[in-house]
Amino acid sequence: MADNLETELAVRPEQVRYAGILEKGMYLGLGILLFTFAIYALGIIKPYIPTDEISRYWGLNVHDYLLQTDIKNGWGWLGMLRYGDFINFIGIAILAGVTIICYLAIVPVLFKNNDRIYAVLALLEAVILSLAASGILAVGH
Amino acid sequence: MKVSKKYWVFGVLCVFLIIFFVYPVCVEGATHVSTEASQGHAWWFWPLILFVATFAMGIFAVLGGVGGGVLFVPIISGFFPFHLDFVRGTGLLVALSGALAAGPGLLKMNLASLRLAIPVALIASTFAIIGAIIGLALPTNIVQVCLGATIIGICVLMLLAKKSEQPDVPRSDRLSSALRIYGVYQEISTGQVIDWKIHRTPLGLCLFTVIGIMAGMFGLGAGWANVPVLNLVLGAPLKISVATSKFLLSITDTSAAWIYINKGCVIPMMVVPSLVGIMLGSFVGVRLLVITKPTVIRWIVITILAFAGIRALLKGFGI
Repeated sequence: MADNLETELAVRPEQVRYAGILEKGMYLGLGILLFTFAIYALGIIKPYIPTDEISRYWGLNVHDYLLQTDIKNGWGWLGMLRYGDFINFIGIAILAGVTIICYLAIVPVLFKNNDRIYAVLALLEAVILSLAASGILAVGH
Repeated sequence: MKVSKKYWVFGVLCVFLIIFFVYPVCVEGATHVSTEASQGHAWWFWPLILFVATFAMGIFAVLGGVGGGVLFVPIISGFFPFHLDFVRGTGLLVALSGALAAGPGLLKMNLASLRLAIPVALIASTFAIIGAIIGLALPTNIVQVCLGATIIGICVLMLLAKKSEQPDVPRSDRLSSALRIYGVYQEISTGQVIDWKIHRTPLGLCLFTVIGIMAGMFGLGAGWANVPVLNLVLGAPLKISVATSKFLLSITDTSAAWIYINKGCVIPMMVVPSLVGIMLGSFVGVRLLVITKPTVIRWIVITILAFAGIRALLKGFGI
């Protein structure tokens, strides 16, 4: 009886895997974000936009901001990682990307358990999130 | 003990009063001529104020039972010199981080249901992308007006929406049966084992299209809408609804956040102080929860939101 109850209350294997990866990714992303921000705020690595000039830009709309600062949108930040402000994007990208990894990681578990509908749904979600992350869908003012 | 309670509540209220009544005066010029006004301060001035404000928001979000994201966007866009594009991008990352922090624990405790979340998230995240694209394509004043109207709508929803601990679900619908959306959890306080299932799945999924669009368009976390739909429409128990909603935000906000990141709507000097402020505020909020009256705080949160909603409307109309 107690065994039955334990089985019923047990967390499904795909949920356990998802939670584990989400937790690791969250700590990694947050840790890197705080570390890189300290580097940026303390001026250890020179930023692309000097910290005392940033307030000139945050009141502009994003179109004018990109135009005036000559910053590339999309994944353009990867080419600017030598600057103190752009290294912060590493942590941000990990936080925003960990869910895609979680979805991809549960697909084999779902297939193994013959849960094909959910495996397809998880794959579809990973595709949709990857499409959003790819930058293909960028639009603007 | 009574004295310390009063001090806590008084201190928290003072921070909010300062933000709401002193800073708008300082910012008045900044919102119109942001460049010149912002330059009058040291570079760390606004990030520091942002940190203080989000710290207070984190406290109020926990005490008022709302997500940080829903407070962040209307308040920061209304009273700070940042453009709405960056506020929405930051708001999504703030809501996303909160959801990422809570998600693993909720999944491991079996309170958030991945089985319930996967189909719902597929709909909500797809439409959040569409919402983000619409939100970034529309002129700022129109988005401000829509944001103001939505925030006032949220206030009404918070005032009127009922909750049901254990909704009566006589029979699963065909879709939820086919997807095998059901589960079991143990209520820690009573030890009772609760079987749950859902109904009206097609209607619920339709409502998540609207929730997704709004989340993406305004950069709001969507817990305020997720919970009533999961609980009252689909019939999931309240605890499952709240936990699954929180986890769901980690997926919905991810899709919308990427659109804003790729568009360039992320300024680290805004994101990190906001994120840290709201997280630290949430820790303090959890401790204060024991000594404060949730009803009073809920009223304060609704009033603040209504105030921010009206301000967004006025800004949108150029008043």
